[in-house]
Amino acid sequence: MSLTLEQVKRIAHLARIEISDAEALTTQGHLNGIFQLIEEMQAVDTSGVEPMAHAQDVSQRLRADAVTEGDRRAAYQAVAPETEAGLYLVPKVIE
Amino acid sequence: MTQWEVVIGIETHAQLATVSKIFSGAATAFGAEPNTQACAVDLALPGVLPVLNKKAVECAIRFGLAIGADVAQKSVFARKNYFYPDLPKGYQISQMDLPVVVGGNITLQVGQGDKAYEKVVRLTRAHLEEDAGKSLHEDFQGKSGIDLNRAGTPLLEIVSEPDMRSSDEAVAYAKSLHALVQWIGICDGNMQEGSFRCDANVSVRPKGQAEFGTRREIKNLNSFRFLKEAIDFEVQWQINEIEEGRRIQQATVLFDPDSGETRMMRSKEDAHDYRYFPDPDLLPLVISREWIARVQSELPELPVQMRERFVREFGLSNYDASALTANSEIAAFFQLTVGAAGKQNAKPCANWIMVDLAARLNKEGKDIAESPVSAAQLAGLIQRIADNTISNNIAKKVFEALWNGEGATADEVIDKQGLKQITDSGAIESLVDEVLAANPANVAEFKAGKEKAFNALVGQVMKAAKGKANPQQVNDLLKQKLAG
Repeated sequence: MSLTLEQVKRIAHLARIEISDAEALTTQGHLNGIFQLIEEMQAVDTSGVEPMAHAQDVSQRLRADAVTEGDRRAAYQAVAPETEAGLYLVPKVIE
Repeated sequence: MTQWEVVIGIETHAQLATVSKIFSGAATAFGAEPNTQACAVDLALPGVLPVLNKKAVECAIRFGLAIGADVAQKSVFARKNYFYPDLPKGYQISQMDLPVVVGGNITLQVGQGDKAYEKVVRLTRAHLEEDAGKSLHEDFQGKSGIDLNRAGTPLLEIVSEPDMRSSDEAVAYAKSLHALVQWIGICDGNMQEGSFRCDANVSVRPKGQAEFGTRREIKNLNSFRFLKEAIDFEVQWQINEIEEGRRIQQATVLFDPDSGETRMMRSKEDAHDYRYFPDPDLLPLVISREWIARVQSELPELPVQMRERFVREFGLSNYDASALTANSEIAAFFQLTVGAAGKQNAKPCANWIMVDLAARLNKEGKDIAESPVSAAQLAGLIQRIADNTISNNIAKKVFEALWNGEGATADEVIDKQGLKQITDSGAIESLVDEVLAANPANVAEFKAGKEKAFNALVGQVMKAAKGKANPQQVNDLLKQKLAG
């Protein structure tokens, strides 16, 4: 499998990364190199091996359902670029 | 003319009844001041780690067991990537390939009376995920305000198979699911507050065609009425498009309750590419057999089981039994009423709750849980009908009096207002004699074959008795006398 230049540009757009045509070309080379590596690894017979969701064979620790965090809005909003009426303000976005 | 068949699948987001968030210890209470319940994890500050809420998992297990699904002993959280300001991490933690609940089904009653039928809707899956924050676009010049109180609230997303064939079936499904999640105590069901919201996937196809048509997804329907209106509009729109020779394009649409129309939000071309992958911050969720067994043992009697028991134990019809198990409040009220009135009165208990009480509650916009007439009072009333102390007609008066607080018990009302039925045959006989003597015209008409004249005479006797004479005795005595 290899990526087209168009696919590289789409991925960049999805990740909100602005890249020039030259950068897209370089990136395409890098990514395709990684795909080659993956293809090599796919040559290994993994039939009967359960797919792994995490590198460590341990399971998720759970916490009790209790409120342990108080209101620290003032501290958090002190470092926010813009706030009003308790809200964080961002450039207008309407989908 | 082509006959069209409607195909509907529903995705529901049920907010789970926890006090803290799914991955943080911030509160989930509704209506707090903006951003006062958003902690470092919810804000996605650098270096924070999510830790899963045990209660949220337990809610998912409860739901899985209640619908007869498989509860996965191992499930995995994944990142669903998209950019939006009310999602500070840039991804939503959800589940993709290995959800916590797989399969299951829900049995619905669709329609009413003679047209009622039963339908089984299969569920595809249910998975745990976090809610996003809220964006407010109106109040700020060129800016959007972001409230992250809701960010990280635990949700169970419940996905049905495309098994529904009309908006009525879709609504029946949503209502059953809504009742079930409240019944098993995993969601408060408050639709105004967004605790239970539905997306409907709608397509149409010529009747008899095996393949599905192209679907459009209607997002975020937060009332049963909107669900029905949105589907009805969407179906008609799709049929018109096809009949005018256009093709349906896969899309996401929004319903505007003011215009009653759906409008496109995004087409398939701009559909999100969420690039799911397992979240490295979270380990696989392992649910032991012991845990599942414990939750199973704590599960209440489910609506379906209770319905079957009502049919078996009380001889109720399937229809009555499902109406009485439509939600946990009505079921509790019925059980209390039958408990007090006695099993032999189960049918009148069912009727009074489903007809008289329901109509009165409906008129005043009240919930059965806030009924001014308690189950014990209603049971007392029903017992007095059963033992012939009062007739059904008088019972309605007593019911009204109880509703208005004119007495603590049916007996007290009957006593105070002198409503006890006259069953003394001597007393009724003398009333009948008086009426026959005073209405020779009616008697003559009846003898000439006019059946209606008989009813007029019954009416006269009841009037003379102020409605308190036993109607059966009046009938019998009148017949006897007129025949003689």
